[in-house]
Amino acid sequence: MRAWYAFRYWLTVYARTWRGTIVISFANPMLFLLGIGLGLGHLVDHGHSTTLGGVSYTAFFAPGLLAASAMQTGFIEGGGRVANAAGAVGAYRTAVTTPLEPSEIMAGHLLFIAFRVLTSSAVFVAVMALFGVGTGWWVLAALPAALLTGLAFGAPAAAWAVGVRSIAKTQTLYRFVLMPMYLFSGTFFALSQLPSGIRLVASALPLSQGVALCRSLTLGTASAQTVAARAGYLLALVVVGIVVARITYRRRLHA
Amino acid sequence: MSGRLLVEARGLTKTYRARKGVPPFRAVDGIDFELGRGEVFGFLGPNGAGKSSTMRMLGAISPVSTGTLRVLGMDPAHEGPEIRSRIGVVPQDDCLDRELTVRENLFVYGRYFGLAKNVIRDRIVGLLAFAQLEEKADAQVETLSGGMRRRLTIARSLINEPEILLLDEPTTGLDPQARHVLWDRLYRLKRDGVTLIITTHYMDEAEQLCDRLAVMDAGRIVAEGSPRELIDAHVTREVLELRFQPDVHAEVAERLRAAELGERIEVLPDRVVVYADDGEVALVAVHEMSLSPITALVRRATLEDVFLKLTGRSLVD
Amino acid sequence: MIASGWTLRRTGSLVERNARIYRRSLSPVLASLLEPVLYLVSIGFGVGRLVGKVPGIDVRYAAFVAPAILATTAMNAAFNQMTFVVFTRMKTDRTYDAIVPTPLSIADIALGEVVSAVLSSLLPSVGFVLVMLALGLVVSPGILLTIPAALLVGYAFGGAGLAVTTYLRDFSDFQLIQLVMLPMFLFATTFYPLSVYPGWARPVVEILPLYQSIQLLREPALGIFHWNIAVAVLYLAAVGSFGLALATRRLSRQLLA
Repeated sequence: MRAWYAFRYWLTVYARTWRGTIVISFANPMLFLLGIGLGLGHLVDHGHSTTLGGVSYTAFFAPGLLAASAMQTGFIEGGGRVANAAGAVGAYRTAVTTPLEPSEIMAGHLLFIAFRVLTSSAVFVAVMALFGVGTGWWVLAALPAALLTGLAFGAPAAAWAVGVRSIAKTQTLYRFVLMPMYLFSGTFFALSQLPSGIRLVASALPLSQGVALCRSLTLGTASAQTVAARAGYLLALVVVGIVVARITYRRRLHA
Repeated sequence: MSGRLLVEARGLTKTYRARKGVPPFRAVDGIDFELGRGEVFGFLGPNGAGKSSTMRMLGAISPVSTGTLRVLGMDPAHEGPEIRSRIGVVPQDDCLDRELTVRENLFVYGRYFGLAKNVIRDRIVGLLAFAQLEEKADAQVETLSGGMRRRLTIARSLINEPEILLLDEPTTGLDPQARHVLWDRLYRLKRDGVTLIITTHYMDEAEQLCDRLAVMDAGRIVAEGSPRELIDAHVTREVLELRFQPDVHAEVAERLRAAELGERIEVLPDRVVVYADDGEVALVAVHEMSLSPITALVRRATLEDVFLKLTGRSLVD
Repeated sequence: MIASGWTLRRTGSLVERNARIYRRSLSPVLASLLEPVLYLVSIGFGVGRLVGKVPGIDVRYAAFVAPAILATTAMNAAFNQMTFVVFTRMKTDRTYDAIVPTPLSIADIALGEVVSAVLSSLLPSVGFVLVMLALGLVVSPGILLTIPAALLVGYAFGGAGLAVTTYLRDFSDFQLIQLVMLPMFLFATTFYPLSVYPGWARPVVEILPLYQSIQLLREPALGIFHWNIAVAVLYLAAVGSFGLALATRRLSRQLLA
């Protein structure tokens, strides 16, 4: 399949440039896990709050951070990198002169986004296991949940970014939409603490669903219904992203 | 030449220190020159001849390695800010302030010279007119064409009413029409008595603008004088250019030399050049030798020929 | 040396240039306020509910965190200005190449930029204090001292940032800066007191300029007045001045090469 060639192109590029992603994809979540999870966790556990359902703050925070980092990676790869690739000197400009169709270019890039989310999440899950977070092997179940969360942002981001003319727009969106979501989707504190009106809005955010999914799987508190509902919500975002991207990629690349 | 000298250089050298993997490099190798008020003085030479290094020393932004340099009677090593406040500089790449508009570029630049705000505002009116940029006054610099940017850079350099204006390759990179507009602006400055120092590798520019020229090559001044003097002293009045099939140029040149045609024969990659006081006569002689060039051209000798004679190389590679 | 010394007038003309650009729009100030305010609400109030009181200090958690986030706001405003913005001016816009031929010396340029950095940390800092006031997090009149303190923080990180910028090769080096700034933000007692650390780790934390900045703002903001803030003042003044001197020296070589 030709999309595979497009994916291999991005892998080849990544083999040269992976060092540049270490900070955002690996160092960033690790540092938050240490600084907030352990450091601030020290204070939280000292306070003996019952809000977290009896788990340590690190155990509460880590799976939430896994989902939030997957979102960041998915958005950075699907937003900035796609906008760059679609630009006047970007990789898509070369790709369209080959037999690749726009939908194949898109599929290849989505495969790469999935690869990026999966590898960075896997490293983080390994670290979580080292920290003793999670109930046995359940922590592994958080990995597909993180992948789904990352793609739920990566695919719609790619659908939007392929038509964006200035990279600054992806940075603005990150700052004004992704960053607030990062801080208010139940990663740092429990959404149950919020007043009911705000709680309803906050739980509807895609990241809140990803956080809840990763957390319930990691801690072994998941039920079949909640997993199905949350995963269904995130999957719907991925599908919508892909359907729209098929249109926007064609519109931009075969204009 | 009226009044005392504005610039005086004796045995001036500039050596750049060795850096990682780059040996030390002597860009200017012992040059002498002087400049009087109201003169237009040019440094003519190819890229790498040491022109820009000389200009930076004159502008008091690059320390002199050895030799002496006086600018406006001052020593650049100790009175840099004082010298810079009385000269104007038009750098080779415009480096306009991209975060500001055209008018703001002039205003902010004037403030660097400590000029009062109302003085700058008054001068901006005249400078915008001079640079033919009145309609672009509030445009962002990004939107200007290459020629407009260069005119703005020149206007900017005049904000402090400098006693000497240094122009480094003022028309490099401009299209022919923009060059002529710019030359016209420089003539006006010359007419108004501004002292100009210009570097260029265009002989037509040097010939048209400069009262006096220093021909530079490999860090040295190889000849100095007015354009006319240089041509008279170093080359014949006329030049005959002959073009044959490229592979026979060397052989043809040998035959022409053997026939003692003209004063001197040069072989360039695409043509053979015959220096003779009467080009038409030389051309007749060529035909009499039953040589049939693809094209033949008789023209007046230029500074390009002077440079070729002095260095054995072309100005523009 | 050709570029020696600075004068108030020449330095001021560069500050004036920068001010002309800052005052065009308020949105950069608002943008630089957004992130700290979000952190304050999310961690200060959200996680604060889980923490309750900070051990050893009798204030609610959000009031404990707020002055530290104020310190990071001043730090980021000045530091980003001196790294990202100045690097763009050096490499992309070539702004200084146009200034070097004017009477301004390199010392004027370096000092003018650092002063601009200090001033650019003023508005976000005042804005953040107003947000604290609105959220009921002002607990002592000592809060008034945090504004001059934030300017000193701006000076320290402005000077340091300018020095760092002279070592950057290209934009990808900003990753390395992130790798220093992020852990400092997370570990310099922004979110919890020094007592959380084991004894051996404390001196390491205390050396961080952000730790000293947080001390300088947090104590007066909480109504604690202790001689140790004099240490912070001297330390930050030294960091800023050393950075400024180093930057001037290195810029002389880079801009006059």
